[in-house]
Amino acid sequence: MVLVALLTGGLFLPQWAMFIVTIAFAKALVALGLMILLRAGLISFGQALYYCLGAYAAGALGRFLGIADIFVQMLAGAAAAGIAAFILGFLLAKYRGIFFGLLSLALSMILYGLLVKNETLGSTDGFNILPSTLFGTRPGPAWVRYAVLASAAVVSLGLALVVHRYLRTPLGRLAPAIKDNEIRVEYMGASARYAVHVIYVVAAVLAGVGGALAATTVGHIDPDMAFWTTSGEFIFITILAGTGSVVAPFAGALIYEIIHTTAYDLSPNTWQLSLGAALLIIIVFLPQGLWSLVSKMSTRYARHP
Amino acid sequence: MDGTIYSAWLFTAALGLTLIYGVMKIVNVTHGSFYALGAYAGASLTGAWLAAGYPPMLSYVVLLVAAVLVAIVVAPLIERGILRFMYAKDEVVILLITYALFLILEDVIKLIWGVNPYFIAEPYALLGSFEVGGLAYPTYNLILVLLALVSGVGLMWLLHSTRVGKLLVAVIHDPEVSRAMGINVHRYYLATFTFGSLLAALAGAFTAPTVSVVPGLGVEIIVLSFAVVVIGGLGSLPGAALGAVIVGVVRSVSVHYWPAVELFVIYFVMAMVLAFRPRGLFSLAEPRKI
Amino acid sequence: MPAILDARGLCKRFGAVTAANEVSAAIEKDTVVGLIGTNGAGKTTFINMITGYLKPERGAIEYEGRDITALPPREITRLGICRSFQIPQLYGSLSVWENMMVGIGIVLANAGQGGFFARGRIWDTRPVPGYGRPAAEVAEHILERFGLADYRHRNAQVLPGGVRKLLDIALTMVAKPRLLLLDEPTSGVSAQEKFGIMQMVLEAVRAEGATVLFVEHDMEVVSRFAQRVLAFYDGRIIADAAPEVALADPEVRRHVVGRARAAHA
Repeated sequence: MVLVALLTGGLFLPQWAMFIVTIAFAKALVALGLMILLRAGLISFGQALYYCLGAYAAGALGRFLGIADIFVQMLAGAAAAGIAAFILGFLLAKYRGIFFGLLSLALSMILYGLLVKNETLGSTDGFNILPSTLFGTRPGPAWVRYAVLASAAVVSLGLALVVHRYLRTPLGRLAPAIKDNEIRVEYMGASARYAVHVIYVVAAVLAGVGGALAATTVGHIDPDMAFWTTSGEFIFITILAGTGSVVAPFAGALIYEIIHTTAYDLSPNTWQLSLGAALLIIIVFLPQGLWSLVSKMSTRYARHP
Repeated sequence: MDGTIYSAWLFTAALGLTLIYGVMKIVNVTHGSFYALGAYAGASLTGAWLAAGYPPMLSYVVLLVAAVLVAIVVAPLIERGILRFMYAKDEVVILLITYALFLILEDVIKLIWGVNPYFIAEPYALLGSFEVGGLAYPTYNLILVLLALVSGVGLMWLLHSTRVGKLLVAVIHDPEVSRAMGINVHRYYLATFTFGSLLAALAGAFTAPTVSVVPGLGVEIIVLSFAVVVIGGLGSLPGAALGAVIVGVVRSVSVHYWPAVELFVIYFVMAMVLAFRPRGLFSLAEPRKI
Repeated sequence: MPAILDARGLCKRFGAVTAANEVSAAIEKDTVVGLIGTNGAGKTTFINMITGYLKPERGAIEYEGRDITALPPREITRLGICRSFQIPQLYGSLSVWENMMVGIGIVLANAGQGGFFARGRIWDTRPVPGYGRPAAEVAEHILERFGLADYRHRNAQVLPGGVRKLLDIALTMVAKPRLLLLDEPTSGVSAQEKFGIMQMVLEAVRAEGATVLFVEHDMEVVSRFAQRVLAFYDGRIIADAAPEVALADPEVRRHVVGRARAAHA
């Protein structure tokens, strides 16, 4: 039902709004991954690594193989990010707190350092992505944005449901326990490292899909997608949204994109200032994120219908 | 030679970061903002000084004054106004708070100085150049090396040979016990934050004559400083020196022999150190948990 | 009676301190054993070695006929050895109920019952291994046993000290341990409450059929509840006997009991 609403609603959006919503979906997927990491107490300052990897995997498909199908691109993004995270996860799953953050930062900066000097991949300028196709057909110019948006909605909904189900499994419930007391987790017979490794790979896959989606929506990719400020943006969305529900990152990303677009047009030089102030206010006064307002309201409503 | 200069510059920039972490356990992203603020203040004050026709040789003093001004005005504002309420929070949360402050300061800089670049090349050209092995180097670079040496040695001296420094070492070791013994821990935090930020502002101010001062300076330097500090060991002063030397050497070697990996190698070394010695090359043992 | 646990010649040093010096003990199934000794005598080191937190430099630990000396804590736990902690180790941000559910989730997952693709509603219907009943019923049962049912919605962080202690022990029960190690279960509990709490804990634990080792400083509690006493001094076991015999031993009186009295006076 949500899907039908999204798809029909999307039909009535103007082109520029379709763009914003699609980008919001892409960033929300990354934030969704950061959310499940955050539930385990881990903050990655390098999630841009997988976002960028997903985007370049999608771009490379078009550049070297001529494939521009949206779903194949997203699959490639997911695979590239997932494989990289599986390998790097053996290392990262041992780390917590500040060291997890710094190591993930270093890893994303490594990719950035490689891409800016790589001529084949366009170095600092990056390169353009082929116009998207859908199951071998090329939608007319009026329909391209809608086709991408619809695909983004379908994939996001599917992934959100998967994550929602994961959160209810024993492994999903283990995350806050790892955050609280890892010693106890081990003495209850579970491996925190294994759990963190799984969460890390899932988060990376989500970021990879998000990256591929962003690439095909914007039509251009460059190494800045791996720079640490990109990771900062994702952390911002995640903290803004909170960890209460899989819906939260999507709401957070949409709010972020709308504010981004309007505030940036109104006053490009105070845009970061407002972001910083908002982040500060959220951390101090709403440590559970904006979603905690929603859940508070719904419990109140449940008590006094 | 390039490596030495680069290392010296990195060392000055990163020293304050490791000091602040060592004392306050804050991974301080605003360090990059102080670097940028120092660069802007240095560039505009020196520009005004030279435009007014004052003796150019004194412009070095103006750079110094600019950095000090930035540190004593902005650092206490941030530490007293915001950070001191956050000390009870988790290290990672404080890191996010300094990131928020960093975003705010980025735009404050744009509001004050605009987005156009500043150039002040006079102090750079003024001292002429010298030759090493047939290659000419601007003498100004020696000032950067000198600055690094003075900051490093000065800080070591402060910590190990003065009463204040020894008390600070006590605070580092155990803030709770220090507080119980009547040491005003908050005053030390304020002093540390201001002094650490001063080091960043100094690095920024003295870099200003060698580059065009544009928005985004802080964004670049903060990740590099992280790399330096993490390689040496968070909170270790000799570690920062070692980290700066390693990054400087690795970078200049790669610039000469394999320019394609210039940035890559720096973060690769950082990742390798984290992988094999997570607490850096100069690290302390972890305490037992149960 | 067969031994459930057999420790032989355990040695462990921390720098110049010898925390375990040729420690050997065989624990029979279905007994309650008290560990006594002053702080630093080696009791907690003994427990830490059994549960895999510390590896002995020499010696071997056999559990149900299997060598567990080299295993990590989580695998030792999976074999049925659980422990509680001197300082309760809880999930502070979660409620008492969620604390139990995390534990039951681990048990389900370790039994291959809690995977992502497991069909049906895991929490409502899957029987928990060892109990044969669904998760909610098991949690309810254990909380009742430990008198914690009224606290179920409270956050673990804000519980009173004694309740935290009980929850810490209750959490070990979800895995249905066959050997349970209690590290000072009554520390921080007032003298009047000690007996009641110890009584409740032992009843709950024995009802599930666990063999118990407990560390205790109060000699009255030890003589009342332990069937056998291991007295530690300077990294060695200086007495291993029934409580009345062990507590009357001159060496134990000099090194352990006397000091315990002095400390309590």
